[in-house]
Parts: sequence; C-alpha cells; structure tokens
Amino acid sequence: MSKNISSLYSKKVMEHFSHPRNMGTIKNPSGRGRVGNPVCGDLMELQIKVEKKAGKEYIKEAKFQTFGCGAAIATSSMLTDMIVGKDLKELKKISNQTIVESLDGLPPVKQHCSVLAEEALVKAIADYKKKVKQ
Amino acid sequence: MKVYLDYSATSPVKNEVKKALLPFLENNFGNPSSIHSWGQVARTAVEKARTQVAEFLNSKPEEIIFTSGGTEADNLAVRGISNWSAKGKFQISNSKPHIITSAIEHYAILRTCEYLEKNNLAEITYLKPNKEGLITKEQVKKAVKKNTVLASVIYVNNEIGVIQPIREIGKMIEKENEKRENKIYFHTDAVQAAEYLPMNVDFLHVDLLTISGHKIGAPKGIGALYFRKDVPLRKIIFGGEQEMNLRAGTENVAGIVALGKATEVLRDKKYEIRAEKTLKLRDYFIDRVLKEISEVELNGSRQSRSPNNANFYFKYVEGESILLSLDLVGIAASSGSACTSLSLKPSHVLMATYNNAERSHGSIRFTLGEKTTKEEIDYTITNLKTIIKRLREISPLGVK
Ligand code: FES
Repeated sequence: MSKNISSLYSKKVMEHFSHPRNMGTIKNPSGRGRVGNPVCGDLMELQIKVEKKAGKEYIKEAKFQTFGCGAAIATSSMLTDMIVGKDLKELKKISNQTIVESLDGLPPVKQHCSVLAEEALVKAIADYKKKVKQ
Repeated sequence: MKVYLDYSATSPVKNEVKKALLPFLENNFGNPSSIHSWGQVARTAVEKARTQVAEFLNSKPEEIIFTSGGTEADNLAVRGISNWSAKGKFQISNSKPHIITSAIEHYAILRTCEYLEKNNLAEITYLKPNKEGLITKEQVKKAVKKNTVLASVIYVNNEIGVIQPIREIGKMIEKENEKRENKIYFHTDAVQAAEYLPMNVDFLHVDLLTISGHKIGAPKGIGALYFRKDVPLRKIIFGGEQEMNLRAGTENVAGIVALGKATEVLRDKKYEIRAEKTLKLRDYFIDRVLKEISEVELNGSRQSRSPNNANFYFKYVEGESILLSLDLVGIAASSGSACTSLSLKPSHVLMATYNNAERSHGSIRFTLGEKTTKEEIDYTITNLKTIIKRLREISPLGVK
C-alpha cells in the first residue's frame, strides 16, 4: 500500500504543504489582503512589504496565513515564493493558473482553492496602493 | 507505523468469514434457483445464512431479505413501505403517506426521503437533533400525523457515533399504534450498531432494521433488511422472484454466506463483552486528546456514544489538511470538512447538530476496530499534537 491521500496531489504540492515557505505575518506590512473562499469557506491572509528601488516598486517580503485544505496551503506558499523579488508590474502576470502550473497541477475539485491566492494578491496590492495615495 | 482508524468506513474481512465464503467462489458456484445439485448446495447455504442472520437479530428466517448492502436495504425499507401506502388508503383520501425521519440520517435514508418528497410521493418530517446529536422519543411523538406510515431513525450515527434511543422510540410507537387506525412502522438503520450494541429486534421494538456486511467483517456488496412479518413491504427491484419475490436478482451467494458467518461470529460473545476493549481504548483516546490538546471539543454525546467512535472538533484548522498530515505518518481517519467532500459541502450531520460551518471544517472522525491497540492510539495522539500545532501556526484564525 504505497498509495495514500497525498498521492492525490503532485510532489510539489506536498512539498509546499509539508514545508510551507514564508508562513506568518509581517510587522507593519505595506499591504494586506484577507480573502475567504465562498465555495468551501476557507480563509487566507497575505501580507506584503513593498520597497522602491531605482524607480521601481518591488516586493521585498511576503507572508501568508491560511485556514484551508492542502491545496489552499500549497498555493498560498507557492504564491509568496513567486512574488518575492518581483516588481509590481510583473505581478500582473501571476494568476491562479500560473500558480497551479508551478505546482504541477491540482486535482479538478481543487482548482477553486487556487483562486484564494490570486484574490489575496490582488487585494494586498490594492491595499498598498490605497495607502500610498493617502 | 500504519494505523487504521476508519473502521466505520469499512472493516477487513474476518478470517473465519473468509474461510466460509471461499468455497462459494470455487466449487460451490451454483445458482440457488437451479434445481440440480450445484444449485441445491447454493440454496442450502443461502438458507443457512438466513437462519444465522435471523438468530443474530432474534427474528425468523423468513423476515430477512438479502440486499446489495445497507443502502439498498434502507431504500427498500422506505420506498417499499411508501409504495404500498401510496397505493392504499392515502390515494383515496387524497393525502400522501407521511414519513418521520431525522436530519442526521445516512444519505441512503435522507436522499431517498428527499426523492419521495420532490416527486410528491410522500410528506417528510426531518427531526433536528439536540446539541448532543440526540433525537428524543418526544420529538418523534410530536411529529406523528394521521397519515404517518413510517418512522426511520438511525441507531448509531456514522459520523458522530451518537446512539439514538431506538428502544424508547419503538415502545412509544407501539403505544401510539394501539390507538390508531393505520399502523406506523418503525425502521432503524443499524449498520454502525451491529458490532457493539444489542441487536435483538424484539428488545428494540423495531419493525424493520438494516445491516451491512462490510462493517462487521464480511465483504462489501452484501447487506440485509429485517422486516417483521406483518410489514406490507413492496419490492423496488424488478426481475426474477428471488428473496420471497421481494428482491429480484441472482443471489450473491458468497456474500450471503459471509454475512451469515459474520453475524454468527458476533453472536458467539455478548455485545457488552465484544465492546469492552474498544470502549476502554476509546475513553483513553478521548480523555487524552481533550486534556492534552487545547481548544478541542468532542462532537456528539459522550454518554450515548458508540464504543468505537471518537470525533473531535479542532478549532482554527481545516479537516483535509489534518487528514493529509495524518496520512503522511500512516494514520487513516475521516473528516466532515467541506474540503474533503466532492460536493464541497460541510457534513450534514455536523451542520444539523451544531449549525456551525467552521466546526464541520475542523472535525475529524476516528473509528476504532477489534484490532486497534493502545500503541496505535498513543502513536496517533503524539502525531495529532504535532499536526494540530503546526496547522494552527499556519492558520490566520485563533489567538497567537
Ligand atoms: S480550500 Fe477548501 S477545498 Fe481547498
């Protein structure tokens, strides 16, 4: 019996689930996005620290906290991995699809979990922009 | 270490049962409806099994129908009676037959009732459990109407393990029936009760009762419905005239033999003795988890609870991620979380009992079996502590 629940998920998903990157919170974050998943009722909070360098704004730090299934935790972790070091313009290219692809896919019932990560990112950036304007 | 704590999902086939059934896959392969010797060997085996099941339930052999499992037996009980009554007096008096059931039934009952309701074939009352997950006889009594033909209440709930007061409800219905023109029949789904609780149908005062093979050491694909002689059951599967013309289809001989044997094995010991070891382990498990992990609650009544069921609500964490983590260390359990179900809906049992989606989210069911050891429970607790702590660190909920 080598099969188990974890074989529902790709190796990468299990990797991120077992050893999530950038978990936790940031002191005085530049932006935060807290979103709930209307499908199953899960929750994710993303916090980002934005810094300006050579006229560009880029993500210096990203942290997440997630209450959800294995796929939700893995996509949150992957998202933070993908955005750190990127400038805000580049972030437009990140969608739930690109996150899922970087994780080598998710089972069909679990596709919706990745939407949480995308929405959290959009919300965190909007929050940052709002704060900058003030 | 590999620890299986999902016995309510299914159990391994017991050795003596396997030995009894194997010849019926090999030399004794006959069809019980054939008149030659192959057929007669199979026929004799089927009837012997019927007697074994009947003895286990303290009924008569002709009151046992073999089915493809618990789900079919439940379907037969509910639709078999509503079919009869819809053709009878209720059609004339222009009212539908009324069925009383609970909101925490197995889907085999619930979905069948919903089907009848949607198609205007019956009127259904779904009783809500109290905060312990219990249905009371008073609730059932209050729900009784003139056109009530059936009450169906699950004996042991498959998720939270709550034991319902079947005997009390049965006695109350018997009393009601004395003053009624049309009788109310009483059914219980006893699939999760057979291993550890009294199964004497006279003691329980039930008219119909469902059992399933694979929860008691027989294979999947076999079950039985007990129905008291005077129950006006109508068939729901059409074809040949097997099973006293109440269930068409060539008998699953090996499965039937296995179910007969499994009930005989259970009958060897009194149920209190069968339950003793499991009950002790369960209490040890529950006590330790409640004491050693913070913000945990037990789902379902502590007192009126199946000896093999422990179902916990771990606050601030989600069930699928717990199951996944348990699986990584070789422990099998199950969850009421929306994220573990294909429909992405939280458990209807937990929702009906607690009306709290978050509670369903963080609930895990452990069900013990005859082979469960103290070492396995210790190993599970040790791992559970680490897993819950880690997932709570990841979670945005709760105090940090
Ligand atoms: S977040 Fe609920 S199913 Fe993935």
